[in-house]
Amino acid sequence: MTVSLSLLVAAAVLNAVGASLLLTRSLTRILLGAVVLGNGVNLLVLAATGSAGDAPLLYPHIIRNRVTDPLPQAIALTAIVITLATTAFLLAMAYRSHQVTGSDEISDDTEDRLVALRAEFLDRRGELRDRYREARAEDGGTDAEQRARYRAARKRLRRRVREERAYQARANDVSGNLWNDILGADPEDYREGRERGSTDAAGRPGPAPARIAGPSNDPEETGREPDSLPGEDSCHPPPDQPDDPEGAGTEGTR
Amino acid sequence: MNALVPLPVLLPLCVTGLKLAIGPRLHRFQRFISLAVLGAVLVLSVVLMVAADRHGPLSVHLGDFAPPVGITLVADRLAGLMLTVSSAITLLVLVYSMGQGMADRDDQAPVGVFHPAYLILVAGVSCTFLAGDLVNLYVGFEIMLVASFVLLTIGGTATRIRAGSTYVIISLFSSVLFLVAIAMTYAVAGTVNFAQLAQRLQEVPLGVRTLLEAMLLTVFAIKAAVFPLAAWLPDSYPTAPAPVTAVFAGLLTKVGVYSMLRTQTLLFPGHRLGDLLMLAALASMGVGILGAVAQTDLKRVLSFTLISHIGYMVFGIALAGRTSISGAIVYVAHHITVQTTLFLVAGLIERRDGTTELTRLGGLARAAPLLAVLFFVPAMNLAGIPPLSGFIGKLGLMRAGVADGGGWAWALVAGSAATSLLTLYVMAKVWNLAFWRDAPPGAEEEGVVLESAEDDDTGDDDTDDEEERPTGSGLPVPAGAVVAAGFLGQSITTTKHLPWPMVAATGAAVALGLSYTVLGGPLTTFTQAAATELLARTPYIEAVLGR
Repeated sequence: MTVSLSLLVAAAVLNAVGASLLLTRSLTRILLGAVVLGNGVNLLVLAATGSAGDAPLLYPHIIRNRVTDPLPQAIALTAIVITLATTAFLLAMAYRSHQVTGSDEISDDTEDRLVALRAEFLDRRGELRDRYREARAEDGGTDAEQRARYRAARKRLRRRVREERAYQARANDVSGNLWNDILGADPEDYREGRERGSTDAAGRPGPAPARIAGPSNDPEETGREPDSLPGEDSCHPPPDQPDDPEGAGTEGTR
Repeated sequence: MNALVPLPVLLPLCVTGLKLAIGPRLHRFQRFISLAVLGAVLVLSVVLMVAADRHGPLSVHLGDFAPPVGITLVADRLAGLMLTVSSAITLLVLVYSMGQGMADRDDQAPVGVFHPAYLILVAGVSCTFLAGDLVNLYVGFEIMLVASFVLLTIGGTATRIRAGSTYVIISLFSSVLFLVAIAMTYAVAGTVNFAQLAQRLQEVPLGVRTLLEAMLLTVFAIKAAVFPLAAWLPDSYPTAPAPVTAVFAGLLTKVGVYSMLRTQTLLFPGHRLGDLLMLAALASMGVGILGAVAQTDLKRVLSFTLISHIGYMVFGIALAGRTSISGAIVYVAHHITVQTTLFLVAGLIERRDGTTELTRLGGLARAAPLLAVLFFVPAMNLAGIPPLSGFIGKLGLMRAGVADGGGWAWALVAGSAATSLLTLYVMAKVWNLAFWRDAPPGAEEEGVVLESAEDDDTGDDDTDDEEERPTGSGLPVPAGAVVAAGFLGQSITTTKHLPWPMVAATGAAVALGLSYTVLGGPLTTFTQAAATELLARTPYIEAVLGR
């Protein structure tokens, strides 16, 4: 069996493009990736035919050895139909995702984010403690004001983590607004959140990787960073004021 | 008799067409035909299993096209057993879902969307079990997957869309990989028919054969959630409605295991990737069960134990002896039933208390003794406490491992014993937290509504005394909790008085799990015959290609 090199090369290129699109976060890109990947694989299936011959129609006087093998074509047709169905579903899902969350990006697993949050929390706490101890060693003793400041910073950190958790848990739930959640929301409602999301990510569509606080951060300020949670912008508009639990709660309904 | 073989695929598809023609009307009639068709599939499956046991594998060439061109469906002992177990489970879950729909006073979504998608799922699962060629297996997978996409994202809430995206993309990728494997197989052997492949692949160079084997194994390992490829499962399953999660957990992963079992025994006998499979099995067991230990939500705990117990079946497949294959088949049947039952019980707990978060549950053993029994029996069954069927499966696998005597086999015997113990630990932890201890203080205030005593069991519309569980920003939901939700993602109606169809279906699933113990002798005889048939390969090949 001889295989057409151009088919194989085209299939390889399409598959590579499709696979790399599949690795992105945006559902629309993934959709395009799925389409390209599907075409690439179909070429690969067709390449299994070997060299092309006559049309596989069994009318009289046909020389059977010269007929193209029809089976890979049947397989490719089946695959095309299935890709069509999957594409339609992905489109619907991307639209629905846009309706519900204001973007078509896939956010992280809640558990993953909680683990990341916990790691960040432990890191910051350790850093606070180190700074406090350092300061204590320098001054040669504890200062009531310093201790109070350390405690206040720790308290803020804890409060922020609690709020983040509650916020994420609420984002999990349906917002309770039947019109928006079940029947479909007006895209106008999401405009503000989307614009803010895009400016926060500095023009890049993908959310920033998990940010662990660098040592340069002032421990006094750790409780007041609105953008420190990874992937927050991608699934819901960021809260107006992270210190305000009520504000965080109402965000999800918009 | 052979004419019956396509019916488990055709009947649900025809009824789905009828349902789509009827539309969201005639709810009572639609429920009736859903039940009737799944009942018919169950009866057919039993008939096929018995017939395959008596007369050897049944095969049918659709449209009378000869093997390399036409579609072949084959029902041998293994396929018959899998069909029987799966159709029994799907029937029970359908009854359960009807109970849930009634309790939510929600007729539109179940009948309009859930039932057609569910029946297509059943058709897809039957199609994979009966498939006699790789392409038909692929088509069966796709039917099943597209239906499962709809079921997983039903209602389209933010959580389900997010969880569904992961699932859809992973499934999409594995389908593409499967198609590549099919193309390569066809290029190598000129056929996709299992029986012909079984003959022709022997002449293929070893390296090419190993490559095909590795690709097919990867595809099926993604479906079956074997460890390095299992990260999607605990993320995507727990957000779906309870009956959907139950049937996915029970069936969909086992379809992957079944495909592995079929291709490994029929196409790649004496395979070279046994050690790799054993490593994957060991890693699945360990990582899965340790993940389960760390979780605090019941549905997530169960999802992780699912991954770990897939390891047992892969272990049996990797050893590829008669005892081990037989043990793996017993384990598949046992695990489909038990895992589904546990998820159904999780759904009942969710129905009762509005959550499956273990830190918020408590005192269920006193408050709902029936629920406690329904959980306790399958939980002990999963852990493999001796008289129950989990023990039979594990014993068969361990005996096969000891008889094999290799280093990997011994490591896996030790690993599976440790996993059993840890499963027992996890189940004891769930039992202690949710059932045995007193209810945590404040549990009643967190939006769980007590209903008044006078709830009649007709399941009709007069359930006004139940109140909606309040949601919204005021509710203190713990982080990471999987929030209970009905078919459309709406808050479910919690009730202390569980709807009888849900309890009855769960009870029947528990009874099915126990029946494997009572029928342990005939079951193991049957699976040993099935394993012998799989390893001999000639009955299958002769049934398809003729003598």
